[in-house]
Amino acid sequence: MPVETASPGRRRTWWTFVNVVVIVYALLPVLWIASLSFKTKETVTDGNLVPRDWTLSNYGDIFRTDEFVRALINSIGIALIATFIAVALATMAAYAVARLEFPGKRALVGVSLLIAMFPQISLVTPLFNIERELGLFDTWPGLILPYITFSLPLAIYTLSAFFREIPWELEKAAKMDGATPAQAFRRVIAPLAAPGVFTSAILVFIFCWNDFLFAISLTSSEASRTVPAALSFFTGSSQFEDPTGTISAAAVVITVPIVLFVLFFQRRIVAGLTSGAVKG
Amino acid sequence: MAEIVLDKVSKRYPDGALAVSDIDLTVGDGEFVILVGPSGCGKSTTLNMVAGLEDITTGELRIDGERMNERAPKDRDIAMVFQSYALYPHMSVRENMAFPLRLAKAPHEEVRRRVEEAARVLDLTEHLDRRPANLSGGQRQRVAMGRAIVREPKAFLMDEPLSNLDAKLRGQMRTSLSRLQKQLGTTTVYVTHDQTEAMTLGDRIVVLQAGHVQQIGSPQHLYDRPSNLFVAGFIGSPSMNFLTAVVEDGHLRTPLGEVPLTDRVRRHLEAADAPRELIVGLRPEHFEDAALVEEHVREEGRTFTATVDVLESLGSEKYAHFALETEGVRARQLQDLADVTGSADLATGGTAQLVTRLSATSGARENAELTVWFDPDRLVLFDPDSGTNLTYEG
Repeated sequence: MPVETASPGRRRTWWTFVNVVVIVYALLPVLWIASLSFKTKETVTDGNLVPRDWTLSNYGDIFRTDEFVRALINSIGIALIATFIAVALATMAAYAVARLEFPGKRALVGVSLLIAMFPQISLVTPLFNIERELGLFDTWPGLILPYITFSLPLAIYTLSAFFREIPWELEKAAKMDGATPAQAFRRVIAPLAAPGVFTSAILVFIFCWNDFLFAISLTSSEASRTVPAALSFFTGSSQFEDPTGTISAAAVVITVPIVLFVLFFQRRIVAGLTSGAVKG
Repeated sequence: MAEIVLDKVSKRYPDGALAVSDIDLTVGDGEFVILVGPSGCGKSTTLNMVAGLEDITTGELRIDGERMNERAPKDRDIAMVFQSYALYPHMSVRENMAFPLRLAKAPHEEVRRRVEEAARVLDLTEHLDRRPANLSGGQRQRVAMGRAIVREPKAFLMDEPLSNLDAKLRGQMRTSLSRLQKQLGTTTVYVTHDQTEAMTLGDRIVVLQAGHVQQIGSPQHLYDRPSNLFVAGFIGSPSMNFLTAVVEDGHLRTPLGEVPLTDRVRRHLEAADAPRELIVGLRPEHFEDAALVEEHVREEGRTFTATVDVLESLGSEKYAHFALETEGVRARQLQDLADVTGSADLATGGTAQLVTRLSATSGARENAELTVWFDPDRLVLFDPDSGTNLTYEG
C-alpha cells in the first residue's frame, strides 16, 4: 500500500482549513448575537448576518433601564470580590499543598476535588433554604460565598501546579540570604507564581461572571441579581414586543468585560518566567 | 570569620532512616573543609543542618561557641551556594546580589558599593543589569558566588557548586574559588562527590559513607594513610588496586609474588591480631616499568611479569591494565564502594584487575609481556572483614 506523504504546503493548507472551520464554528454564534444587537425591531427576523438597518437603539434601551445597569454593577462587584477572595485563599492553600507535608493533605485535596465534581443543581435547594434562614438570600455575600466555594478547587489545582514548578531551592536560598518565611514568600515565591495567580484569577472570574444557576436561584430582586439572571427577566415594553434585540445587546455588553479581563491579564502571563533560576 | 563545631550531630528522618550519625567535626576559623562521599552518604544533609535548612535530631551545632540548633537560617549569618545556583529569575544580577543586603536593611549607598565590588572581583560588572536567564552557566555560577560574598558572612556553605559546569570550566572555577577563599579568609564548608575537587580544594577532607565519618584529614594524609578500604578506594584516581594476600612465615604471599614483611608492619599486624588472609592495596602510581628503573633501585623492590591487557597512553604517562590469574578480592567495604561508584570491577569477585601507571617512555605494548617493578614498602594491608588499615595507625 503506498504511503501518501503530504507535502509541507499541502499540510499547511489542510491545517489552515481546519483552523478556519473551528474559528467559524466558535465565532459564528457570537457574530450572530452581535448582528442581532445592531438590528432594528423590524429587521430582527430577516435572517441576514449583516444588518440592513444599523441601529444602536438596543444598547440605548438597556442602559436606560435601571434593571440592567443595576445587574451589571452586581455582576462586576460580586465577580471581582469572589475572585479576589478565592484567589487569595487558593494561593495559600496551593502553596501548602505543593510545598508542605501535613496530616490530612490527601484528604484536603480529595475533598476539594469532590466539591468540584459535585453537581451544583443538587445543592441549590439546600442552599436556598440555608440562605433564607441566615438572611443571606438575595444579598451579595449570598452569591459570593457559593462562588468562592465552587471556584476554590479549580484555583487550588491550577495554582499548586504552578507552585510545584518553582524550584524549592529558591526558597532555601532566600532563607539563607536572610529572609523570613513571609519575606521569602512575598519577594521570591509570589512574584514567580504571578502567572499562575493571574491564570486562576481569569478562570475564577469567568466562572463567577457566567454563572446562571446560583444567580437565578439565590436572588429575587435587583439588590443582587447579576446580568445572566437579569437577562432572563428582559421583556419588551408590552407583551407583544419581542425583546430579542435588547437581550442580544445585553449579551454583547457582558461579553466585553471577559474579553478585557483576559486581554489585560494575558500580558502578565509571561511564559517561562522561571527559566534561568536553576541550571536550565 | 568563625569556627564551626559539630558535636555528635545526627540526623534521623521521621521514617526512621538515619542519614547522618554522630558527626564530630571542628572547622577552624578560615579553614576550607570538604565533605566528600558518594551520593546518599549524608554530606548534603550535614551541610543543610549547618545551614539550618534541616533540623538536627541529636547533638549540637556551635558557631563561634554559640549553640545554633534552634536558630533560623537567617539568624546564623551563613551564606550558601547551591548546586543549582538558585538565582532569583525575576531579578537582575545586581538585584540578585543585593538581595541579602536589602533584607539586612543596609543603606543604599553601601549596597551599591558592595555589589559593585563583588561584581568586579567576580568579573561580572558588565552583566549587572542582565537577568539570570541570559547568562551562561559559568556566569550564573559566579552570580551565585557573588550573592554569597557581598554579605561578608561568618561562613560559606557550598553544595556541589561546580558540578553543573563542563569539565574545563570546572577546572578554572576550582582555581579561582580556591584563590577567592584564601583572599577572603572565610570559613568554608564545601560538599562534593568528586574526589579530585576534594583533593585540590580542601585544607582538610571529611570522607563520609552511609552517614558515618570514615576519616578526617589533609588531602595528603588521606592519600598516604587511608584509615580503611573505603577511603583507600575512594581517594585517588585511578583508584588503588586491591589484591588478596596471605601471611606465611613472616612473608606476604600476593598474586604479584612473595613480599617480606618489615618489622614495623609485622608489629602492627600482631598488635591488631590480624587474620592470615588480608587485602593488600597498591596505588597505580607506585608501579613502574622495570626496564626504566635503575639497577640499585630495582634491587630494593619487587618485580612481576604479566601480559598487558589494555594500554592507555595519555601522552604524559601510560596506564597498563593487567588481568591477573587469581580471584578478585571480596570485602564488604569494597562492595559498598563499588555499589556507590558504579565501578563494578572493584569487587566483582571475578579475576583480579591491576592498573599500573608507567612513564611515557615505557615500551609496553598491548598483549605483550611486561615486567613491572614496585616498592613493597608502599603496600598497604587491610583487614578484609572490618576494612581497617593494618599498616598504619590512625
